Amino acid sequence: MTMIFGIPIQALMGQLLVGLINGSFYALLSLGLAVIFGLLRVINFAHGAQYMMGAFVALLLLTQTGIGYWPALLIAPLIVGLFGALIERTMLSRLYKLDHLYGLLFTFGLALTLEGTFRWFFGSSGQPYAPPAALTGAVNLGFMFLPIYRGWVVVASLAVCIGVWLLIEKTKLGSYLRAATENPTLVQSFGINVPLLLTFTYGLGAALAGFAGVLAAPVYQVSPLMGSNLIIVVFAVVVVGGMGSILGAIVTGYMLGIAEGLTKVFYPEASNIVIFVIMAIVLILRPAGLFGKDA
Amino acid sequence: MALLSVANLHAWYGESHVLHGVTLSVEEGETICILGRNGMGKTTTLRTIMGILRKRSGEIRFAGQDMMTVPLHRTAKAGLGFVPEERGIFATLTVEENLMLPPVVAKGGMTLNEIYQLFPNLEERRSSPGTKLSGGEQQMLAMARILRTGARCLLLDEPTEGLAPVIIQRIGEVLVTLKARGMTVVLVEQNFRFASKVADRFYLMDHGQMVADFPVTDLPQNMAMLNTVLGV
Repeated sequence: MTMIFGIPIQALMGQLLVGLINGSFYALLSLGLAVIFGLLRVINFAHGAQYMMGAFVALLLLTQTGIGYWPALLIAPLIVGLFGALIERTMLSRLYKLDHLYGLLFTFGLALTLEGTFRWFFGSSGQPYAPPAALTGAVNLGFMFLPIYRGWVVVASLAVCIGVWLLIEKTKLGSYLRAATENPTLVQSFGINVPLLLTFTYGLGAALAGFAGVLAAPVYQVSPLMGSNLIIVVFAVVVVGGMGSILGAIVTGYMLGIAEGLTKVFYPEASNIVIFVIMAIVLILRPAGLFGKDA
Repeated sequence: MALLSVANLHAWYGESHVLHGVTLSVEEGETICILGRNGMGKTTTLRTIMGILRKRSGEIRFAGQDMMTVPLHRTAKAGLGFVPEERGIFATLTVEENLMLPPVVAKGGMTLNEIYQLFPNLEERRSSPGTKLSGGEQQMLAMARILRTGARCLLLDEPTEGLAPVIIQRIGEVLVTLKARGMTVVLVEQNFRFASKVADRFYLMDHGQMVADFPVTDLPQNMAMLNTVLGV
């Protein structure tokens, strides 16, 4: 058996892959958080609940209407995004004039309400969601078996992250978003409907969480609390990457996922806290985060 | 009828009452200059006309339209363009992205080619981040991006502040070019010599009100009064 640092290569690669998959979810979720925080200055505590909603919408589409995984990958983020836009328009937008703390409290309350509602209807136990037929099975990579669905998660999340990054950095709409992040009043005086831009942005962030939720449904169980378990780690990712930094959120998401995976190999006891240890170190050495601009 | 007319305009920053009944009018194609010491409400007047400062009362009419109820993101559509004192160049946008940011609101604006002819530096540095430009170039960029939109009236806040004489001269030339194209300009300026070369008419502002109003030809007989109010 091939060994690296006294660890069988299968174990190492297996944990690397698990890390990469977790990292894919961290990246997608922290990207949405960073987009929302950058423009709205709202720390979206409902992000985990929106991720959970994405998974549930996919599950309900399947069980209630027979709509399968592939359409759900598009429909569920759309529904979660529209729901987010509605919440922003009718409620969150009223809080911008107040201290930022109110936005945080509101989204926290929203998360609790959503989780409570889903728990009332579906209970706390997880429900399985089968991966689509085309993505079942595994391929032999020589040193390990790669479940196809897990490979797909990495590819899909990477593609969406790159797509969102291109949208923000290379398009006209993206230039509005970047400019409004710096100086919303001036951008609005140019004739750009900034309130609408804020609604769109919150919807986009929520849709990204919903997309991650659909991707996650076949990997983890679909349960009302699946988001709250993940979201704390994702907040740490955003802090390490630098609040509001798009590229920082993506890169840090994958990096910390892999760091967590490697820790499971070399020192399993620390794997649950390694991300928070890294966060503490980064906060001491670079308080603005790895990719953040010094405030 | 005046293109822009403001009557009895009051404005507040929170509890602080800063404009106390400003009245002014600007004809189409005219360049007026608001003079006054620091803190007398010149910038606030521009920000209130633009609709950035919303706690206001009185009357603002532009091209016959009542602007008091128009939301901020529709002010530009009416034909008003604002170039703030701090210039407002975006660091995360390239020079060209900064230039292309404000949507075109009417025909008759400059094309990108015309703008690059007027400001050759901007073309050379089109791919640099906006804030890597020098102060003078940033001022040119802040003006250029409004000229592209087809705005009829430019609200220009202290364009020469902190700039070298040669750049100030350049900005003066640009304003003369704009005037020849029929642009209406409301200029706020501390640099009195610069203003006297481009303005048709002056308003003198003191404690949130206009205290005098005279054409550039009457400048000599008003010098004594200007010296008293401006303290120059």
